[in-house]
Amino acid sequence: MAVTDTGTQSKQSWLKRNKLTVTPWVFLAPALCFFAIYVVIPIFESLWLSLYEWNGLYDADGNSTAVWVGFDNYVKLWGDPKFWTSLVNNVIWLVMFMLAVPAGLFIALFLNQSVPGMRLYKSLFFFPFVISQVVVGLIFGWFYNPDFGVVGSLWKAVYCEETVNIVGNLTFRCSAPVPDILSSETWATYGIILAGLWPQIAYCMILYLTGLNNVASDQIEAARLDGAKGWKMLWYVVLPQLRPATFIAVVVTVIGALRSFDMVAIMTGGGPGEGSTNVLAYYMYETAISEYGERYGYGSAIATVLFAIMLVYISYFLHRMYQDEKGGH
Amino acid sequence: MRSILTPVAALAVAASGAAAGDLVINFDDLNPGPKQGFEDAVELFKSENPDINVIVNINDREAHKTAIRNFLTADAPDVTSWYPGNRMAPFVDAGLFQPVDDVWEENGFNEDLAAIKPTMSRDGKIWGVPYSYYQWGVYYRKDIFDKLELAEPTTWDELIAACGTMKEAGVTPFTIGTKFLWTAAGVFDYINLRTNGYDVHNDLTAGKIKYTDERIVQTFKNWEQMIGECGFVDNHASMSWQDAIAPFSNGDAAMYVMGNFAVDGFINAGLTEEQIDFFQFPEITPGMARAEEAPADAFFIPANAKNVEDAKKFLAFVARADVQSQWNKTIGQLPVNAKSEISDNKFIQEGFATVSTAAGLAQFYDRDAPAAMAKAGMEGFQKFMIDPSTMMEVLERLDEVQAEVYE
Repeated sequence: MAVTDTGTQSKQSWLKRNKLTVTPWVFLAPALCFFAIYVVIPIFESLWLSLYEWNGLYDADGNSTAVWVGFDNYVKLWGDPKFWTSLVNNVIWLVMFMLAVPAGLFIALFLNQSVPGMRLYKSLFFFPFVISQVVVGLIFGWFYNPDFGVVGSLWKAVYCEETVNIVGNLTFRCSAPVPDILSSETWATYGIILAGLWPQIAYCMILYLTGLNNVASDQIEAARLDGAKGWKMLWYVVLPQLRPATFIAVVVTVIGALRSFDMVAIMTGGGPGEGSTNVLAYYMYETAISEYGERYGYGSAIATVLFAIMLVYISYFLHRMYQDEKGGH
Repeated sequence: MRSILTPVAALAVAASGAAAGDLVINFDDLNPGPKQGFEDAVELFKSENPDINVIVNINDREAHKTAIRNFLTADAPDVTSWYPGNRMAPFVDAGLFQPVDDVWEENGFNEDLAAIKPTMSRDGKIWGVPYSYYQWGVYYRKDIFDKLELAEPTTWDELIAACGTMKEAGVTPFTIGTKFLWTAAGVFDYINLRTNGYDVHNDLTAGKIKYTDERIVQTFKNWEQMIGECGFVDNHASMSWQDAIAPFSNGDAAMYVMGNFAVDGFINAGLTEEQIDFFQFPEITPGMARAEEAPADAFFIPANAKNVEDAKKFLAFVARADVQSQWNKTIGQLPVNAKSEISDNKFIQEGFATVSTAAGLAQFYDRDAPAAMAKAGMEGFQKFMIDPSTMMEVLERLDEVQAEVYE
């Protein structure tokens, strides 16, 4: 009796003594578990897979048909022009996408006034961020369509005349061919980025709008008394107070640019020609999972490179967050 | 050992919902016509074999392409539909299909299905049984041809001359939509088959000939001539094959290099059967034996099939002449069995005349070449069609891909 009593007592007291240390882990456990299964383990699996050549098939007995090739996939990647095109396109995305930050800021400044119905305008500006990227891609695809899109219709209005063709149906004769943005190796990427910018600007705008709510009005007033206005007011008084919003806006924009995938998939499928609008994420999908792909090892190697690029950036981001937290305490 | 294994095996069978006497068939077309054709055939098979309990799973075509990669290992049916040529190669190489030479031997398919036999074979064995195929060729607006007093061209020069007449009349000779790439491969295949013949097509897709080989360069030069002197609709890279029907039905373009499945699309776009007609892709190199594209659909037996005996019965059944006649009448395609009858639809009649007299049957570039090569090749074709001056650049790139894919 006495022995069991002390036993349970000491157990209880251990739990009680360490309650503060244990509780957070108990609460974290489910999340950690899922994070491990769906994020951490797959990362290592795909790192491992990138050292194999594999078409994704198992034989009749359920054994993988993968063949070990070491760093062969990475060597191939180095000499693969489609990989470099994708990488360059990712950089173009990154640079162009940064326009979303100032654009979002200016729309936010513009909308940050008390006019009747302003909530409605704000919602309308925010609207593109709410709808799915796939839908945005589709809409812009139609928008650019040389036959029935806005671009085509405007062009036809200026450069084409309506005539009757050989079987008596209406048709157009154009003095210059209608620009086909998504079929041009030079312009297609920019066309897609423009579509991507639309929701991204809305996202940055909403970040800045919330940021503007927290701008201290006494500082604005003080600055105004000191004679600051216009650009100077913005640059020296408002923007410094918006630093946290700017930081988040840049972060989400960089991530948005690096993981661009759905727009490319829906608007061009990586085309025209030899993957001229490919980005790393889509090229990975194309080589590994798509109908003409089924090269899982090579796809994993691309994923690994993309992961490495993101890692550099994410480490910097985490480092900053950590520094801020430390500073805050 | 035995006592342990038997319950496990029984469990495995129960898990897939099949018992002895069950025949599980996975089919991959949910479109009304093909589905009907398949279901009718299954009904007939059931009435002929009342002791076999047939279980049918019909999936969407694209979903099937993904699903087959798993179910062949994890939960294999007894029969599955799939494609011959290089499309079956990964599964054959992984040992996921079983050879069916005996079915061919016992039922005389070696004679009746002779034309398709090379495509169904790999490593000296036959891996499946085809139930249907369809022809490719040039579909054209007969009313436009009549207006311009043009006859169906039979040679390259006649085609080029006809194109000239069309252009003068303000008609774009060819329509095409290359957004999803494979349509361009159809044009390439035909120019290549007519320029260099069937063996060069096979050697190219088997990786035995380089793309910068002078014969392939000649194919591209002919293609360049076709783009220059005939010409395709503008903006083809932003159109799917269905989108490309619009200029054809509107009368802006007069010809379309396509497979027979497109006829439905033409009719749905408002054209009547009198307005459209078909001719075989014209001869380029005089005297070259005429080979055709005729992609086939087939049935295969997975290596993990549980009821192989009945599966083979079903395979023998689907290739039978009378079954193929009825099935293909329903789906509007061509029976593969030479002894089958065909419907009196004019495109089917012409298609049968085209395919049954061909010196060789190609499966289509993306089925004859391995996936990675096919993808790169078709991208190159599209790039070349947008800007023919990139010809050598494209071909050199394809050589690089080829060296990598077939290493």
